Amino acid sequence: MKNRKTFCFGLVTLSLSLLFAPASAAQQPGNPTTQLGVTFPRGVYAITNARLVTVSGPTIENGTVVIRDGKIAEVGANISVPATAQLIDAKGLWVYPGMFDLGTSLGLVEVGSGAPGTVDTTEVGDFNPHVKAIAAINPHSAHIGVTRVDGVTNTLTLPVGGLISGQGAVINLVGTTQSEMAVVPHAALVINYPRAITGGGGGFFPVTQPANLSELVTAANRQVERIRQILRDAEAYGRAHDAYSKDKTLPRPDRNLMLEALVPYVRGGRPVVFRADRESDIRGAIRFAEEMKLKPIILGGDDAWKMTAFLKEKNVPVILTGVLDLPSREDDFYDTLYQNAAKLRQAGVRFAISSGDSGANVRNLPFYAGMAAAYGLPADEALKAVTLYPAQIMNLADRLGSIEIGKIANIVVTDGDLLETRTHVRHLFIDGRQIPLTSRHTDLNDAFKNRR
Amino acid sequence: MRRLTFIHLLMYSVVISGIATATAQAPATSSETLIRNATVLTITRGTLTNTDVLIRNGKIAGVGNNLKASANARVIDGTNKYVMPGIVDCHSHSMLDAINEGSLSVTSMVRTDDVLNPHDVDLYRALAGGVTTLNLLHGSANAIGGLNTVVKVKYGHPVKDFFFPGAMPGIKFALGENPKRSNFILPGQPRRFPATRMGVEEVIREAFSRARDYQKSWDEHRAAVARREKNLIAPRRDLQLEPLVEVLEGKRFVHAHCYRADEILMLIAVANEFGFKIKTFQHALEGYKVAKEIAEHGAGASIFADNWAYKIEAYDAIPYNAAIMTRAGVVVSMNSDSDERARRLNIEAAKAMRYGDVSELEALKMITWNPAFQLGIHGRVGSIETGKDADLAIWNGHPLSVYSRVDTTFVDGEVLFDRERDLTRRQPFLSERQQLEQAEPNRPPQAGPARQTPRGRRPTAQQETDEVAHP
Repeated sequence: MKNRKTFCFGLVTLSLSLLFAPASAAQQPGNPTTQLGVTFPRGVYAITNARLVTVSGPTIENGTVVIRDGKIAEVGANISVPATAQLIDAKGLWVYPGMFDLGTSLGLVEVGSGAPGTVDTTEVGDFNPHVKAIAAINPHSAHIGVTRVDGVTNTLTLPVGGLISGQGAVINLVGTTQSEMAVVPHAALVINYPRAITGGGGGFFPVTQPANLSELVTAANRQVERIRQILRDAEAYGRAHDAYSKDKTLPRPDRNLMLEALVPYVRGGRPVVFRADRESDIRGAIRFAEEMKLKPIILGGDDAWKMTAFLKEKNVPVILTGVLDLPSREDDFYDTLYQNAAKLRQAGVRFAISSGDSGANVRNLPFYAGMAAAYGLPADEALKAVTLYPAQIMNLADRLGSIEIGKIANIVVTDGDLLETRTHVRHLFIDGRQIPLTSRHTDLNDAFKNRR
Repeated sequence: MRRLTFIHLLMYSVVISGIATATAQAPATSSETLIRNATVLTITRGTLTNTDVLIRNGKIAGVGNNLKASANARVIDGTNKYVMPGIVDCHSHSMLDAINEGSLSVTSMVRTDDVLNPHDVDLYRALAGGVTTLNLLHGSANAIGGLNTVVKVKYGHPVKDFFFPGAMPGIKFALGENPKRSNFILPGQPRRFPATRMGVEEVIREAFSRARDYQKSWDEHRAAVARREKNLIAPRRDLQLEPLVEVLEGKRFVHAHCYRADEILMLIAVANEFGFKIKTFQHALEGYKVAKEIAEHGAGASIFADNWAYKIEAYDAIPYNAAIMTRAGVVVSMNSDSDERARRLNIEAAKAMRYGDVSELEALKMITWNPAFQLGIHGRVGSIETGKDADLAIWNGHPLSVYSRVDTTFVDGEVLFDRERDLTRRQPFLSERQQLEQAEPNRPPQAGPARQTPRGRRPTAQQETDEVAHP
């Protein structure tokens, strides 16, 4: 609980500073609260002469964006540049909102194999709704710098494992502390929707399964029942505490951190991310969410293209993590997963594209979207799939996902199309802070590139 | 061998009969194809716009303007399309039914060409990404692994058609965490020498010492035979040492899996001690730290574009690796080491432009001419030139663009992937699939044996490297 208080406090401080930080303080490069550590100071910036790809509106040629107090203050073709602003002449350059990856564990893993001490994705046990990614995201992970210099400015960082994995956080990829990074510290609950596992799929330790499919289905259903039970317990727990807070003569209910963590989710106040790829699992997860009155988001969604009518009817968004996975079945068409996004878009299903990566490869997010575009998704939709749509799915479209006045100033300036592989990021702003384009990788490059 | 279920067998028969039909319609050897008015990325002769490519008898018969084909030639309008050489993937484990003989530290007696599965559907998926040649490598469990096989992706053909004619024989070496089994210690399994990078060096030195003695005993025997000495007994043939002798004699390429700079230098020193050359350092994630030494040795490097941090020895991997080594004079190729990544090596090549600003031509070479050179097949593939094999792909946009995809892939002049054809086959395929699903053996059982999972693996990011998926 100490952690929660700290983070709530951190969030409040952050929001307050966003709202009320005096412009003069923000303009001081020597602001002591930000200069120590790795949180760069905020400033007033004007990016001029740029091609502004606003994403939410039309693209503006020769436009100007003004950044102030961490926010986008002005956007347009005929903007007067504030006298105090640091100018960034972006002639010939393109300006985009930062990309947002909803399916990562960025910050929870440093080295995936051989260094278990650096892996904090997976708790022991089936039910861990009270564990929170924000408690363990390492702001000083090399992955943060490596990822943002390629234009990814936000992630939904998720725990994995078990049945209820824990709670994910939406973060800006800048900050000395987790609370400085947090956009929404407790953004979503993760449930691995139980599936009847019918095979191990090879690898070094092939899983041998009991041979009886109906047993497997029963086992999966039993797990669903266990999830149902704990969610019902959380509802009851919430009611009991509400009642007690109104009437202290009632017996005082004990505190249970696990159930307490679930209350905002069972009341539909925050989204629940269901990991599910197969048609039957996606359907099962959505029906379960409906029954329990949860706010579901599907993460994975390999089979989503098969069930677009259902997804549209239920208005459930899908975060596609498999665009660059091999098709799950041998007889799938070669482009089954490349064109998944295009089919969802055609059917009017809400979707976003994610790398689905634990951290190191999140920087490749634009190429996941680009591949979907090569296979039928219109290019502007591919761009939205990694900017505005993720923001909308997380109910953060008032703060992230496009270049609009009032949004968090997460801005990427490039020398070409954001999703194109050969494009370079030339300037980067996160939370209104100008971020140097350096990382562990540029440091090593600088150290060795001229060795003779 | 994995078991094939009823449905899979039926599907294979569908695929194979489909390809057989297509082959019957357009016989490979006698046919002509003229690609008209395309942008041709020749690699060796620049980028030619509004240019024709003539394919005849499996070879490139001409590259130029207003080429004439015979009356029954297939003509493809290449307007707004790009023709590039088929991609050569210098590190693959596709179509291998087994990847590691991991019980010994020196397994130069085992051969990947014994375990090729020509029906692996990932071959078709690679063709759809413009890949026409694969270097099928043994895994990286051993300091000295098994022999590799270079194949053309002749999906739909019998396995004998896959072998790349004239490719240099090769062998896999491995350094670092994998041969010392850092991440694969199983409970109850005894440790195996080597368990350190020190031991890896000595395993290789010891093997080549034996190989030298073996070579000498044969040389002495042959000399004695030449002197017509009587009552000679030939040395006992040693299948483990024979390939190493071929390495010593420059008849077999060494493809050495490695990560760290120190182990790269170690192997160069061992190779110099015994007088052989390393042809490619595979992965060479820290190659950029010793690019000078790699270039001086004359070795190439075949690498991931940007994969890093999936294990400790990959923590210093940087995406500038390709650019730094290229500028130091190392011949660099981008490989997949993954059936997934093989499908988009064009994007991997373009990353060398994103990180380190290599030229467009250099980036293209990293998936064509450079890997062909690393496999000793650059006389036949890797560029578009008259007389070379007609292994090429037509793209609907520039192949280094993320927005581009392959329309048609040719191997030896034969169309083995065609997007239009693929699309038109889908409806009948789906109907057939539906019928099969209704068939009694494929009904979802109330009880009974669960279906085996097909080979189509779903690699996670961590599984994509050979040492994790196929240790």
